[in-house]
Amino acid sequence: MALHNLDNLYRQAIMSYAQNPHHFHPVTAKDQYAVKKYNPTCGDVIEIAMTMNDQVIADIHFDGDGCAISKASASIMTDLVLNKTLSEAQNIISEFSKMAIGDVHDQLLLGEAELLAGVTKFPARIKCATLAWHTLDELMVGKK
Amino acid sequence: MREIKHDFPVLDQVVNQKPMIYLDSAATSQKPQQVIDAIANYYEQDNANVHRGIYELSQRATQLYEAARDKVQYFIHAHQREEILFTRGTTESINWIASTYGVDNVHQGDEIVISYMEHHSNIVPWQQLAKRVGATLKYIGLNSDGTLDMADAAVQITDKTKIVSIAHASNVLGVVNPIKALANLAHRKNAVIVVDGAQSTPHMAIDVQALSADFFAFSGHKMMGPMGIGVLYGKKSILENMKPVQFGGEMIEFVSLHDATFQPLPWRFEAGTPNVAGAIGLGAAIDYLTKIGMSEINQQEHDLVAYALPRLKNITGVTIYGPQSISEHTAVIAFNVAGIHAHDMATALDQEGIEVRAGHHCAQPLMRYLDQTATVRVSLYIYNTTAEIDRLVATIKKIKDYFQNGFT
Repeated sequence: MALHNLDNLYRQAIMSYAQNPHHFHPVTAKDQYAVKKYNPTCGDVIEIAMTMNDQVIADIHFDGDGCAISKASASIMTDLVLNKTLSEAQNIISEFSKMAIGDVHDQLLLGEAELLAGVTKFPARIKCATLAWHTLDELMVGKK
Repeated sequence: MREIKHDFPVLDQVVNQKPMIYLDSAATSQKPQQVIDAIANYYEQDNANVHRGIYELSQRATQLYEAARDKVQYFIHAHQREEILFTRGTTESINWIASTYGVDNVHQGDEIVISYMEHHSNIVPWQQLAKRVGATLKYIGLNSDGTLDMADAAVQITDKTKIVSIAHASNVLGVVNPIKALANLAHRKNAVIVVDGAQSTPHMAIDVQALSADFFAFSGHKMMGPMGIGVLYGKKSILENMKPVQFGGEMIEFVSLHDATFQPLPWRFEAGTPNVAGAIGLGAAIDYLTKIGMSEINQQEHDLVAYALPRLKNITGVTIYGPQSISEHTAVIAFNVAGIHAHDMATALDQEGIEVRAGHHCAQPLMRYLDQTATVRVSLYIYNTTAEIDRLVATIKKIKDYFQNGFT
């Protein structure tokens, strides 16, 4: 198919995350911490909620409206940081940021998020992939 | 139409191994060689500062700059050349009105009336003005087909209304608003009407007097001119009582230690060295458009819309926003394809060399009104062709297959 270039970005696994995102449900009053962030270039919105138990992320979920890349990315992120300590989560976020700009990073640590590495070939879409991660970063910074 | 396309060097290129199709002229238009040459010629032959030199070169630059003002005057049918102020673009033009005329004439408890289909540049300056003076910002609603609800306009515009500011043509919905009727509503209540002409001026003949516009703002870059030049038209009687927005060189008459007197219109508003090359480029764009003829341009675009709209609608899952009838739709077509987010569609089209806009189109209140976060937008100009529309339609179908069947 002539659209084969797109395969770098829209891997089959990415599309299945986008179609059936994990931890995708509305933020409620029960959630301990929540933050909402907009992607000003496109109008996408994401809201992430997190509940801590001791220093561990005991629950995390997201809600909002976005493209396949942003949804898949948020889904993978919530999988990765669930049951991690804040500093472990912070570490994963910073490795993801390195990957998004094409730098050397810890592939093992990023696991499924590595599927999004193709986004570096689509500079206009890097923000779609990083929106959830920036939002979580903001949430954790605000929490401290 | 084939010969027109050849006037635009940038259109002749390959993107992602495909001949590029440019479908984002509502964001910015491409520039014909004639405009590029006019700017290059100015810098190569005539560059000097304006309105001050005694020497030949400065006189030439001044003459070219002021000739551009005359071209704008005739192009929009202004009564006098003093009514044409050069700005950076539509956004700056509207900001000027809000920050001087607005501050002096809108007071606590007054109203400013805009509509749900406005671009951010015709919303945010009024929000800020309303906050600053304690006025209320009101929105005229839309009909289900995206046209302006004129019955609601008559309700929203009241004795308290001081400014009505409306887009002449929408940058999303592809509608043209009945400015003359809105002007009548505004004038009956002694309010002024500000017209955002960014999306109309490139595509149709403009007559600010026939429209009864008090202010009319537009940008050069959307009408084949360069970026960084725009126009604020204002009725002379209003501009004469309006304070300058910026102060400095060019706009003064006599400066003493603690005060200064100012130049007459239009120079009173143009502080500092103006964008001379930009004005000359805009003048060249006006020459180019006028040579083809604005009614001819309007007709050709209408033919393109008549070709594109039914073909896009025919694709299963496509929703087109704004009027569904060809006769009411301008060359701006916003749509979504069921199951494919606008950004994913735009990336996929780009992979096929087709450049479209996706997102909120700087009209977030409208997007919320439509209950959408993003749409794909195709916007055409006279250099686009029916063959390009055929390729667009075929590619959208291919992308649908890719996203819906490509992963199973």
